[in-house]
Amino acid sequence: MTKRILSIMALAVILFALFVVMSSTAPFGVDKTTVSHRYIYQGVKETGSANLVTAVVLNYRGFDTLGEVTVLFVAATGVGAALYSIRNPPRKKSKVEASLIVKTASKLLFPMMLLFGAYIFIHGHLTPGGGFQGGAVISTAFVFKYVSDTRYSIDHIAFTKMESAAGMVFAGLGITGLIIGGYFLMNILPNGTPGDLISAGILPIIYIAIGIKVGAELTGILDRMMGVES
Amino acid sequence: MDVAIGFLIIVMIILGVYAAETKDLMYAVVATMAVSLIVSLLFYMLQAPDVAMAEAAIGAGLSTAVFVLAIKKTERYEHD
Amino acid sequence: MFYFASAALIVIGIYMLMVKKNLIKMIVGLSIMDSGVNLLLISIGYIKGKTAPIIQPGVSPSNVVDPLPQALVLTNIVIGVSVTALALSVVIKVYKHYRSLNSSEVRDMKW
Repeated sequence: MTKRILSIMALAVILFALFVVMSSTAPFGVDKTTVSHRYIYQGVKETGSANLVTAVVLNYRGFDTLGEVTVLFVAATGVGAALYSIRNPPRKKSKVEASLIVKTASKLLFPMMLLFGAYIFIHGHLTPGGGFQGGAVISTAFVFKYVSDTRYSIDHIAFTKMESAAGMVFAGLGITGLIIGGYFLMNILPNGTPGDLISAGILPIIYIAIGIKVGAELTGILDRMMGVES
Repeated sequence: MDVAIGFLIIVMIILGVYAAETKDLMYAVVATMAVSLIVSLLFYMLQAPDVAMAEAAIGAGLSTAVFVLAIKKTERYEHD
Repeated sequence: MFYFASAALIVIGIYMLMVKKNLIKMIVGLSIMDSGVNLLLISIGYIKGKTAPIIQPGVSPSNVVDPLPQALVLTNIVIGVSVTALALSVVIKVYKHYRSLNSSEVRDMKW
């Protein structure tokens, strides 16, 4: 008990110190942009993307995003490796069936959720959203499907193939830019008018690839965790 | 506006402390989901709609599903 | 105010990592700390009275908030959920092996 009280007191000191340091070094609500000036003023002209976050994520820092997708892939592989030995291949029929409301609603809502996810990542360069959010929405749709149907299971081979193809599209576009223009992930297509659906060069293609890849990977993680016998 | 933000922050901190102190892991996970949801609202108020969307879909949706699955495979109550 | 909220979330996360013995509780704390750090980064990038960084007709470039922290946090959220899933799968494996989630009981046995 004394240990807990001591730790709470120490944490209160840490809270106060954190708050003081934060508000003295970086005052809230004040313009602190330095490197972002370039992104804000030149971003639309250089990348053709109306959404500046997309421009930063995919164009200025596209190589980091490739690294991030790799981290996601390694984590999905790690989940598969950690749970491999305690996995039972056919999904056991659970004792509790989902109610009629959940079943009917999932039949109606599942295609709409897929469509919404696809909308989010296709319009990633125009509106808020993008590949990561769209992929998360798609895998939430699959969670819904798993909850409603006790015998449902995804087609693993098709998911693996889609994931690999999407990853290869991303890396292949990068290498094409390297061959044509001299640096990795160069924007080889014309920018178009900012605000149109087909604009911003290769950014929509990369975001579609990321959306498919993230959706397939997160669904794969959930499927592996679902398949473990309790 | 300021009153609303203050209310949200107070609710968020209370939920965080509840998640830390409750013995039932399922309640802790649901409280964490509520914290994520409020954080995503705060992101929206801080003019970051992209991040709000990601936090709402991932923090409040997927990570709760992952936690609930893990609790189902292990045990639900925390005992000292 | 936002700084205080993020500092409080970080401190709650540290408290759960320090005091709790249950492994899943520790991962919950990690996840809360993640939210706190994300909130801190976004509130550093916020500028009073400016709008979201999406250039439309009617929004001039001099009137948007900093897009760089938002891009960083977008990356961090996705990484966070995958790391959480990896940690939880390791915890499931530990539970299968020792039939316990208490970290001190697990540590006593040689692993």
